[in-house]
Amino acid sequence: MALEIPSALLEQLRRHGEETYPYECCGVLVGAFDEAGGKKAKAAIPCGNTRTDSPQNRYNISPAEVVRIQHDAMQAGDDIVGFYHSHPDHPAHWSATDLAEAHWTGCSYVITSVEKGRAVLTNSFLLVGSEEAKRLEDEVIEVIA
Amino acid sequence: MPIKVLIPTPLRPYAGKQSVIEVTAQTVGEALNDLVAQHPDLRKHLFTEEGKLRSFVNVYLNSDDIRYLSKDATPVTEADTISIVPSVAGGA
Repeated sequence: MALEIPSALLEQLRRHGEETYPYECCGVLVGAFDEAGGKKAKAAIPCGNTRTDSPQNRYNISPAEVVRIQHDAMQAGDDIVGFYHSHPDHPAHWSATDLAEAHWTGCSYVITSVEKGRAVLTNSFLLVGSEEAKRLEDEVIEVIA
Repeated sequence: MPIKVLIPTPLRPYAGKQSVIEVTAQTVGEALNDLVAQHPDLRKHLFTEEGKLRSFVNVYLNSDDIRYLSKDATPVTEADTISIVPSVAGGA
């Protein structure tokens, strides 16, 4: 299983992290699941970070934005397949907070490290397991043209 | 009256793999009760053992958070859509 993402989308979400530096960016990946459980992202929708109290190391997407994006995606026959955010001057790996606050089992959580304003690494993690025993597993990103 | 509930991707395995479920209700609370009556596996993913919505589960009537309406007692009409969305947050 992997997250398939067009190179232009990957670049777009990495640039978003550079634009909001030194604060975290965040957004929603819309696309489709395949029967094997893999995902294909068709759009990366930038969202506002509502954690204005600590935007350099926390993010939160307004549920109202998620509701709207979910509604629009389903109208188009698509789904929310994941989310992305940046880690300013921090590794592109999930944190304890990322795991604690992750609730979309089966979805991808894409993290880009942004060092001194430049996007460096982008990794994806798949949320698996029940809420009480959840974990984020490494997920392959397949970049397509 | 019939009303649509949009199910987010992580909850679909507990809802017969459906993305939209039609319930019969006059209020949001009745809608959620009918939803878990139809799909009992959803209950523990939506509610605590005390029967309250789990802290990370958001329920919207159209574009409004029911917490800022009349919560469970919020009336619904056939034209309304209820959306369930788990919260999206984290950080380094």
